[in-house]
Amino acid sequence: MSFPAGVFYVFAALAVVSALGMVLNLRNTVAGAMCLVVTMISLAGIYVVLEAHFVAVLQIMVYAGAILVLFLFVVMLLNLRSDAFSPPRSRIAKLAGVALGVWALVGFLGLLPGALPPIAQISPTFGSYRDVGLSLYRTYVVAFEVTSFLLLAAIVGAVVLAKRRLS
Amino acid sequence: MVVPLEHVIGLSAVLFAIGTIGALTRRNLVVILMSIELMLNAVNLSFVGFARAHGDALGHVFVLMVISVAAAEVAVGLGIVISLFRNRDSVNVEDVSLLRW
Amino acid sequence: MPFDVILKVLFIVLVGVAAFAPVITWVERKQSAVMQDRIGANRADIAGITILGLLHPLADVLKLIGKEDFVPAGAHRFLHALSPIIAALPAILAFAVIPYGATYQFPGFAPTTLVGADLDWGLLYIFAIGSLATYGSVLAGWASNNNWAMLGSLRASAQMISYEVTMGLAVVGVFMVFQTLRLTDMVVAQDTTFRIFGFLETFGIVQTLPGWLSWLRLPFWGVLVQPLGFVMFLTCIMAENKRAPFDLPEGESEIVAGYFLEYSGMRFGLFYMSEFIEVVVIGALLATIFFGGWSIPYLSQETIIGSLEPTMGAGLATALCMVAHVATFLLKVVVLIWLQMQIRWTLPRFRYDQVMDLCWKIVLPLSLVNIFVTGAVLLLVETAK
Repeated sequence: MSFPAGVFYVFAALAVVSALGMVLNLRNTVAGAMCLVVTMISLAGIYVVLEAHFVAVLQIMVYAGAILVLFLFVVMLLNLRSDAFSPPRSRIAKLAGVALGVWALVGFLGLLPGALPPIAQISPTFGSYRDVGLSLYRTYVVAFEVTSFLLLAAIVGAVVLAKRRLS
Repeated sequence: MVVPLEHVIGLSAVLFAIGTIGALTRRNLVVILMSIELMLNAVNLSFVGFARAHGDALGHVFVLMVISVAAAEVAVGLGIVISLFRNRDSVNVEDVSLLRW
Repeated sequence: MPFDVILKVLFIVLVGVAAFAPVITWVERKQSAVMQDRIGANRADIAGITILGLLHPLADVLKLIGKEDFVPAGAHRFLHALSPIIAALPAILAFAVIPYGATYQFPGFAPTTLVGADLDWGLLYIFAIGSLATYGSVLAGWASNNNWAMLGSLRASAQMISYEVTMGLAVVGVFMVFQTLRLTDMVVAQDTTFRIFGFLETFGIVQTLPGWLSWLRLPFWGVLVQPLGFVMFLTCIMAENKRAPFDLPEGESEIVAGYFLEYSGMRFGLFYMSEFIEVVVIGALLATIFFGGWSIPYLSQETIIGSLEPTMGAGLATALCMVAHVATFLLKVVVLIWLQMQIRWTLPRFRYDQVMDLCWKIVLPLSLVNIFVTGAVLLLVETAK
């Protein structure tokens, strides 16, 4: 096994374990958020193995560096020390949730063999910020501009929702 | 490509399933939002994997779009969490069943 | 691992982390003494020898190691132990992509570049690593189970996220001018000069410049082509470092010591050291992006090697050039560290609303204006050519 492949499998295991840690951690919301940080950083490592350097950097900068800090900020602001809620959601609903997730997973994995495209050759600049930037600003510029409107709407929405009094 | 595409997409499916289970079974609104983030990330992973397989940067562009949608979703979602906590003193989704029949 | 990689890593660790950072704690004490009209740190001695107080860092370390390693009741032990490490690690990792010398071709060897890792996305790497530094301070406050510490980390997280955004926007103008994110290329691009009045010729205002005007040249440094960007970037990166005037997360007079209130001994020492390692990183980063890194103004690498080579041979000329470049880089870093010390001991602490106003109402719009103006000028130059 080559070194990058080893990196992939190590990060993959790390991502799955920490994702499970986030979902199964019932006691502590901050620890759950930190587990999700580990998942995000592992995914960034996997992106590097898959030659998506720019996306890997954005993954760390935006997800790990901003979005999850926002989660931590809110958890600390609301002081959610423990996660012990009552009454518990019914066991049937929980089982149904898990069963649905497992069913979806089995379905996905069953579809996988033979359904995937062949691997194409790539240029050495594939995944660099120049490559992604050129297609972002030349081919998909409309989608990019629409995204800016989405973010503006989100900012206004968040302020309206979270502000105590709008005067 | 250093690993088979099946493994990348398989990992993506596993993460997506974990996110689904988290979103369906947890009652803490913040954790539900985090599970949705995990599902979005799983989708991003398959985008990156397919982008590598096709040798096309479109997948990367799509990931950027997903990331900005996720950022918008988190901003609004956490805004809702804060105003909910202010009104109900709880982030348990079962405490906000006001509109449920 | 190849031999030269080990040498480079050793150089970075020994000079950047192990030598610079402790000395800076002494510089900080001396600077504060100068600003407050005191003599300053000069008491620590070994058998009566004080060496201007340079032994104080050593005494600090000995004292911190000797202290009790205290974990408060109700603290999250694992995260409490982890957060000083998370705080210190990004600062050290950032050194990996900062070039401290050019690419040198010694006769008989492969060309070697004096940089830890020559990444194509070097500056993005620094931003990504820097954005992880937030976790150190945020988790420290939460894991301590102390209300003051929690307030400190709330302040730290809001401040650092806000300034990260504007820090990215502040350097976009530099990317546009140098057209690269690779830090080594960025320094090579600055290892040249430009004619101050050259734009008159480019835009056809005059046909040819009169003699002496065309001789006036300036080094093509980031600070000279992007002055506004430099001021914005300096503001943001000092706010990221959380030192005065941006030390709201620590705010001794309001929230005791902020997020590291419940830390003692060497764990506190790690927070303390990471702050000073960050000062060195900031100095090195500013030198690389805005002050031409290793480049000596008006003496490009070809000029130096070309003029020395006939008399002393290629090998010795290259070696001399290398030493001169590394010395220049370190000199620039020292000057920029001094600038940070000067700012830190001159300005009083802001109020928290002022910090946020500065970020979102002043730095952000000005950065956007800077990007727009830079783009317009570049477009005009492009069409005029």
